Amino acid sequence: MRVHAQRAGALLGGLSFPALSLADWTVNMTPGVTGTSNDIFDLHMTIFWICVAIGVVVFGIMFWSIFAHRKSQGAKPANFHENTLVEVLWTTIPLVILVIMAIPATTTLIDMYDTTESDIDIKVTGYQWKWQYEYINEDFGYFSNLSTPSDQIRNRQAKGENYLLEVDNPMVIPVGKKVRFLLTANDVIHSWWVPDFGVKKDAIPGFINEAWTRVDEPGTYRGQCTELCGKDHGFMPVVVKAVPEEEYNSWVAEQRAAAEKERELTQKDWTMEELMERGEQAYATACAACHQADGSGAPPAFPALKGSAIAVGDITDHIDIVVNGKPGTAMQAFGGQLNEADLAAIITYERNAWGNNVGDMVTPKEIFDYKNEQ
Amino acid sequence: MSAVADTHAQDHHHGPASGISRWLLTTNHKDIGSMYLMFSFAMFLLGGTMAMVIRAELFQPGLQIVQPEFFNQMTTMHGLIMVFGAVMPAFVGLANWMVPLMIGAPDMALPRMNNWSFWLLPCAFLILVSTLFMEGGAPNFGWTFYAPLSTTYGPPSTTFFIFAIHIMGVSSIMGAINVIATILNMRAPGMTLMKMPMFVWTWLITAFLLIAVMPVLAGVVTMMLMDINFGTSFFNAAGGGDPVLFQHVFWFFGHPEVYIMILPAFGAISHIIPAFSRKRLFGYASMVYAVGAIALLSFLVWAHHMFTVGVPVAGQLFFMYATLLIAVPTGVKVFNWVATMFRGSLTFEAPMLFAVAFVILFTIGGFSGLMLAIAPADFQYHDTYFVVAHFHYVLVPGAIFGIFASAYFWLPKWTGHMYDETLAKTHFWLSFVGMNLAFFPMHFLGLAGMPRRIPDYALQFADFNMVSSIGAFMFGSTQLLFLLIVVKCVRGGEKAAAKAWEGAEGLEWTVPSPAPYHTFSTPPEVK
Repeated sequence: MRVHAQRAGALLGGLSFPALSLADWTVNMTPGVTGTSNDIFDLHMTIFWICVAIGVVVFGIMFWSIFAHRKSQGAKPANFHENTLVEVLWTTIPLVILVIMAIPATTTLIDMYDTTESDIDIKVTGYQWKWQYEYINEDFGYFSNLSTPSDQIRNRQAKGENYLLEVDNPMVIPVGKKVRFLLTANDVIHSWWVPDFGVKKDAIPGFINEAWTRVDEPGTYRGQCTELCGKDHGFMPVVVKAVPEEEYNSWVAEQRAAAEKERELTQKDWTMEELMERGEQAYATACAACHQADGSGAPPAFPALKGSAIAVGDITDHIDIVVNGKPGTAMQAFGGQLNEADLAAIITYERNAWGNNVGDMVTPKEIFDYKNEQ
Repeated sequence: MSAVADTHAQDHHHGPASGISRWLLTTNHKDIGSMYLMFSFAMFLLGGTMAMVIRAELFQPGLQIVQPEFFNQMTTMHGLIMVFGAVMPAFVGLANWMVPLMIGAPDMALPRMNNWSFWLLPCAFLILVSTLFMEGGAPNFGWTFYAPLSTTYGPPSTTFFIFAIHIMGVSSIMGAINVIATILNMRAPGMTLMKMPMFVWTWLITAFLLIAVMPVLAGVVTMMLMDINFGTSFFNAAGGGDPVLFQHVFWFFGHPEVYIMILPAFGAISHIIPAFSRKRLFGYASMVYAVGAIALLSFLVWAHHMFTVGVPVAGQLFFMYATLLIAVPTGVKVFNWVATMFRGSLTFEAPMLFAVAFVILFTIGGFSGLMLAIAPADFQYHDTYFVVAHFHYVLVPGAIFGIFASAYFWLPKWTGHMYDETLAKTHFWLSFVGMNLAFFPMHFLGLAGMPRRIPDYALQFADFNMVSSIGAFMFGSTQLLFLLIVVKCVRGGEKAAAKAWEGAEGLEWTVPSPAPYHTFSTPPEVK
């Protein structure tokens, strides 16, 4: 069945566009690399061919009438206007076809919902406009941001091969293992989609949705957020690297060590210059999408930070709004998203960049204490 | 009621008032129908202009013309204006003009309310369009305005948007009450329900759908209003609310809404195909039952728009089966139209061209709908361009071609002149080619993995996007030709007979063309 469906799909694509069967003119879904995605592809091709068959019959009769029963050809109208047998037939036959179609669809759906007995659990959290991946049993997690340079988007630089489908830190999973995704969101609804896996699930604030996959071929698989989530909805791709198990294990060990190091950063003594340097980078990833790299913002939704009352005012208020956000606005609580070093660096940077020049700074330790007091 | 009609009948000089007051104060169903149609065409051009902005930005990868913020405003406003400003008012306009003429009534049952429900619309759209010029811009959360993007994260203009939706809803509900009151009370003697023209039947059912779901829409936007301005948390998870509740309520309105936008077109097509096939409509009774079945089923399928939100598997299966079931009555309608054409005596004037294209292309939209109904496959199609292709196939060659077919069919009755057939055929062919060029490649884009509502895309989507944009520009600019054809037809042209088309049947063809300002002051007899 599956092989036939794939061949048929390829044949269809080839027949319709013989001269154009280059990669860019893809006309059909790809079967993907998981059992689920292959099942979906089979369903897709089956229902497609059913539609084609019905279409051929119905449009065939219609075109026959259009050519043969023209007034200009001397056609005289017949007088019939009902026929119970025909009407019963064309009500029941489609019904039977639909029942036949519903059976494999039901089986596939039940299989897709079976998230039990997973080997690895990854919590996926959607943020405006990035993904956070937390490896629940491994004690580490990180953000995955679009890595396509803004110059490519603004047409000042040639576009790369994976334009808009590349990230700084992809999700990494081992091949051959059942991976369960626990999806939620921090702000608005997002949707996490990897076409090659046949996995698409909404990430909804206040809910935890489940999905799963088992990938057999190592490789890099790319998708995108598919639920409109605001300004940069088109700029939050999903990239998943499926790697052999040994490679995965050593990657996990590295990540755990890195996470431990990150925690030590909080205890370190920081100078103003170090904070400013770290702050510029962290600001670019976490804040610049809304408040802009030059701090000019996009009022009224995203206020300017340059010369703003908070950025040049009392530092406690500044820490409060960055750590806790501002309810009812697009300003998120970054306390849980960023580590203490980044929070301290960003706040220090915002107070001293773009001519704000307040001159004061806050250290990661102070942020740590501030969070604990709350 | 009949006393009022009689007074009018004796007053032979009672024509339209002159000047602006004719239009502001009119209670005449023909004037109000014309205003609805003109308003809807204006909105069609406005919404179309926004579509051109969208397609221009998507012509090439990269951001060229607009910023993502404005792009989102364009997709949102395009959808809202086309749904609530172009398609729905066009059908209300057709109902105003044709329902009384088809059932032999002198006017709509509630003429003053008729005037009020029309004049609310320009007010609502003035508010909606003015949001484009407000600080923070127009609504930017898609025409489906999912919370919390539209509540906690919406622009300040959202409250104006909510008010505009409320006014549109009031207008639609009043229009629907009027249609029901007219059809149930004012049919000519002898016109039993099962003798009613199909257009009247489909509008009767549409009107019930409107009354059932517009209050639900009003409810959901009111909850938004509360969340935004009065501190409630209907849709805010942080306050104990539920963002998914929004989607359930919205789509409980939204799915019947898509039938509201197509059923009257079904009705009109059921007049046009028999007229140009010179043969009675095949299976009248089954057509009526099919429309009724579609309307009832439309209340049971809303969650098929939400297959990826995490509905439990049992619910998922229920909504999949119910959705598949809709294909049966819809199929019956298509088969009946084809059987009507079969062994007829066919000619292909503009209304018939649009009607035949309607049947073929709407069916293609139906096929993709069937594919989308398969829940596991929907996980791949959902929120991609495949969906965009699907609903544009049912709305553009469905609703819009249905409206064009109706307009050409009844223009001779409205204006007293035949339209320019050559220009109309040109309009058809350019629309047909442009529309397919614009929307067919969207199937491919969706299957290849392009999400909807994005201002920029990965390079593998570039070629088909360019084709699609070219088609869209072609389709969009062609619509100015329609304006020219209608203006030309209003100003002059070959005189139309009372029965403008050889095969046309029905009471509307028994009154002179153009239809006098007052018709059927004495009810006709229907045998």
